[in-house]
Parts: sequence; C-alpha cells; structure tokens
Amino acid sequence: MKNEITCPRIVEIKNTKIEAKNIKTIFFNFPSKNIIPGQFLMIWIPGLDEIPMSVSYISDREIGFTFRKVGEATRALYDLKKRDKIGVRGPYGNGFTIKGEKILVVGGGTGIATLAPLIEKILSTKKRRVTVIFGVKTKDELFFTRRFRNIDLKISTDDGSIGFKGVASELAEKIINNEDFDQVITCGPEKMMKKIVDICNSRKIPVQASLERYIKCGIGLCGQCCIGEGLRVCKDGPVFEGDTLAKIPEFGYFKRDASGRKIKI
Amino acid sequence: MKNDEIDTSTRLSTLVLKNPFMLASGIMDEDAGSMIRIAKNGAAAIITKSIGTKQREGYANPTIVEVDCGIINSMGLPNPGIEAYGEEIKLVKKKTSIPIIGSIFGRDEKEFCLLAKKMETYGADAVELNLSCPHAKGYGLEIGSNPEKVGNIVASVKSSISIPLLVKLSPNVTDIVEIAKTAEKNGADIITAVNSVKAMKIDIETGLPVLSNKIGGYSGRAIKPIGVRCVYEISKEVDIPVVGVGGILTAEDAIEYFMAGASAVQIGSAVYYRGVEVFKKLNNELKEWMKRHGYRKLLDIIGLAQKNRRG
Repeated sequence: MKNEITCPRIVEIKNTKIEAKNIKTIFFNFPSKNIIPGQFLMIWIPGLDEIPMSVSYISDREIGFTFRKVGEATRALYDLKKRDKIGVRGPYGNGFTIKGEKILVVGGGTGIATLAPLIEKILSTKKRRVTVIFGVKTKDELFFTRRFRNIDLKISTDDGSIGFKGVASELAEKIINNEDFDQVITCGPEKMMKKIVDICNSRKIPVQASLERYIKCGIGLCGQCCIGEGLRVCKDGPVFEGDTLAKIPEFGYFKRDASGRKIKI
Repeated sequence: MKNDEIDTSTRLSTLVLKNPFMLASGIMDEDAGSMIRIAKNGAAAIITKSIGTKQREGYANPTIVEVDCGIINSMGLPNPGIEAYGEEIKLVKKKTSIPIIGSIFGRDEKEFCLLAKKMETYGADAVELNLSCPHAKGYGLEIGSNPEKVGNIVASVKSSISIPLLVKLSPNVTDIVEIAKTAEKNGADIITAVNSVKAMKIDIETGLPVLSNKIGGYSGRAIKPIGVRCVYEISKEVDIPVVGVGGILTAEDAIEYFMAGASAVQIGSAVYYRGVEVFKKLNNELKEWMKRHGYRKLLDIIGLAQKNRRG
C-alpha cells in the first residue's frame, strides 16, 4: 500500500513557533508515517495556493515544516494560527540516504530546516558522528541553535557577526581539507550547493544535495520541475547524488519559471 | 512464437511507429531532457506540451488532484511560448530517432497556422492541434466543440504545412463523430481521441473546490470506457487513422482501444501509475498477450470489434 496521502488531507494546526525573524514552524498531526528526512509535502492553503515544503520535524506525535516569509503563499501561511486548517498531501520524493559513519552536513539559510530531521536521524545511531555547518547572512537569521545544542555546530555568517566570516561553502572546504568524511549532505542556495558538490566530487567524497524547483503536480507527471535528462525533482529527487549532479549542466546555473522558460539562478 | 517474431509496429499516415505507444501531450514534455528520457524508455513517438504563441504560466496551484480512479488536472496550458520552444524541439530531434509531434493551441486560424509552421521549421515530424483542452478560456474545447471553427482551423493549418496533421478531440461534445468527420473533410490526417473529461473535486472539510481553476480534466482509469466508445464511433465513420487515449494503464486497456479501431495509443497518467518505464512494459505485455492469443501482427487486432459487429 502506498504511504502517500494523494488527495489533500485537511489537518488542524496544533501549534506554531516563531524560530527567527520571518521564520516560522507549523506543527500538525499527519496520518502518513515513516516520513524520510528530505521528503516534502504539498501544503494547500485553501483558496490561495499549494506549495512544496520539506518536513523539518518528524516524530510519532507530530510533524512540522519551517519556512521563511517570502511570497504571497508563505505570507498567508505565516499568519495562520493554532486550530486553523491546511490541506496536506505527500510525503513525496526520495529523501536522504545516509552512508558511512562520519558525516558533514551543510545548510544554508532555511535549507537547515530540511536537514534538521536528517541530523537527528544520523545521531539516532550511536556510532555515527556528524558535523553541521549552518551558514546565514547575519546572526539574527540563525534558528534551531537550541535544537542543535549538543551537536558539533559550526556557524558561518556573511558579515562575520558570529562564527566564521564568509559563506558556508568556504567553511566547508576548510573543514573538508582538514578532516575526512564518509559523506557530505547539503541543502541551501543552489550556488552554495554547486560549490560543495564540486568540492566533494573532485575529492571523491560521496555527496548528496536537495534541490528546489518550481513544483506543480508533485507526483512526477507534469514535467515542470525536470532537470538534466528528465530527472523530476519532485519524484526522482529532490535529493540527488553528486555523480548525478555532475551530469546536469543547469545545476547551479539556471532553473525554469512557471511557464517552463529558463531563468538564471 | 518468440516475442521478437511479434510485430507491434504501426503506421499513422506517413509516420512509422516502432510500437503503438506514444507519449500523450502534457506529460513530461515541456523540455528536451524529459522527452529524451521518455524516448529512451521505449515510447514510439512523443507529443509535446501544447505550445502557444506567447509564454504562459498556467494556473496557480493546486493544478492537480488525485481522486478515485484517476487524476483531475487544470494546469492552464503553461508553456514557454513558441519562440523559446524551438531549442527544445531541435535538441530532442538531435538526440532521438522517434517522431516528435508538436502540440499547439491558438485562438484562431492565424495563430494555429503560425504555430504549425514554426513547429515544422523546428523539425517536428507532425503537428497535433489541441482543440480539446477542457479548462482554458478561449482555447481548446471552446473552439473544438464548434464544427465550423474546427473545419476552418484544420483547413488552414493543413494548407500551411506539409507534415502530417493530427487533431485531438474532446469527449465533452454532443457528437464527437461529427467533429471528427469535419476534421477529416478539411484535411486532418489523423484523429486523436480523447482529451481529458471535464470534472471537479470539492473538499468537503473546507467546502472549496481543490483546483485553483475549480474545473479540470479527468484522466486515468475512470475515462477509459469513454475513450473506447469515442474511438469506436469515430473509426466507424472516418477513413483516416485514429489514435486512442484515455485511461490506458495496461496492454489489455490498449487492446480494447485497438479493437475499437485505434491504430496507436497515447499514454499519460500511466507514467504516474507505472513509472517512466511504462512504455517498455506495455509493449512487452502486448507481445505476451498477442503470443498467448496467436496474433503475429498488431494490424490483425486493429478494428477487430468493428469487423465483429453486427448491424
């Protein structure tokens, strides 16, 4: 039987939490169990829009997604309160596959929300170790730091207001040059992920990146989110291996708008 | 009899297909990369996303909803516009050897002719007129349900291109046979039947239609009997080949369409139900079925229900 809920299921918001300025988490109960970190849900804001959201909290009691207020849909989501209703379908996509014991996780901005349940999954096995790099523009944009308090967390800020001054990919390169990792996993701005994937590919370190594209159907039919040779970000992804990404010429360079026209990243 | 002794090739006008399974318009065919993947998975031909004169974003999400026995979609004809689409057609032509059929939608004869000519210039092997999209104002079904408009558009497109012309029809009309005959009379080389069926899904918790456009087109298992009926009725009355589409998930589904008179079929929603590999799977299943039933050639099945009918 399919694990997916394929027609939007109306759920009541159990709670919301402001994580940082303009960044919020919405919590709810969802009947589909066994969500893999890296998978996403299609969130229907009734009467307005439906957008993909990767799952940022996974537990038996409730799940959650975390987002930044950027457009009309996320502004509407941001204003929702406890007991308001949203439609949810999914989980969709493949999710991350953990390989080895020593893992470097690199998150840029809200990309860390996709990685947070992965980090918790990595640490659920005793012998695994994880180093997390969290890159933001400035100190005020940090969140989840309490959630990561027992984790080897390294912060980078563009303005140097806290931690390493520079972008996350620079810090990642420094760390990779000094330490060996079995795997690197990244989610964040595509330019950052492109740099990290290139660094890992040239050193033959297994690497996975979670991509973002304009998603319409979410079930691999409409072709809107296809990259490379027909790889559907919603179905074959959103997580891709470094060797696959090496063969996708547009990775890090362009995406497609709602009409299917190419636009620069 | 071995599988490789069974011939499932077919012809549509001057188009030769290695098997009868084509990709339907609108499924993984907005960019060259997707179409190349579909070709590598055994599709015999590809019908592109419907392309218009101008770039179009389509409707807001939700644009698709899964319901019992199928999927309702209302994408709203998103496409990058005919000028930008040239590079996709040229690339897919360079990388594949199967017929690439350019689907087009326009408001009137002038737009359809311009689009058809562009498709031919880009290297498309045929053109399919979308006269049946059930959910776009001023396009598709709004034109395709009017026999006079269909006749004029088909005649003018036919006179402006030299590649085969397919006309895709909607089941949402009183008499699909009349429209098909009008298309044939005005120069259509092939009829495609059917487009998705007008449908709707309401969420009872919120009391709202799920799709942003409210009404969409139903595809998948539920519409197969409708498609088979349309193909049967059309095949009886026209001499040009008919392509069946609607709810084909298995070879048995396709065989119903062949027996109704379809010379080939198009696959859409089954890419969701059975994966991108569906084309290879269907052709193997078809060969197995033919072997079990003692048929060597697909041509022996096509129109069987027409031949067997009484009165």
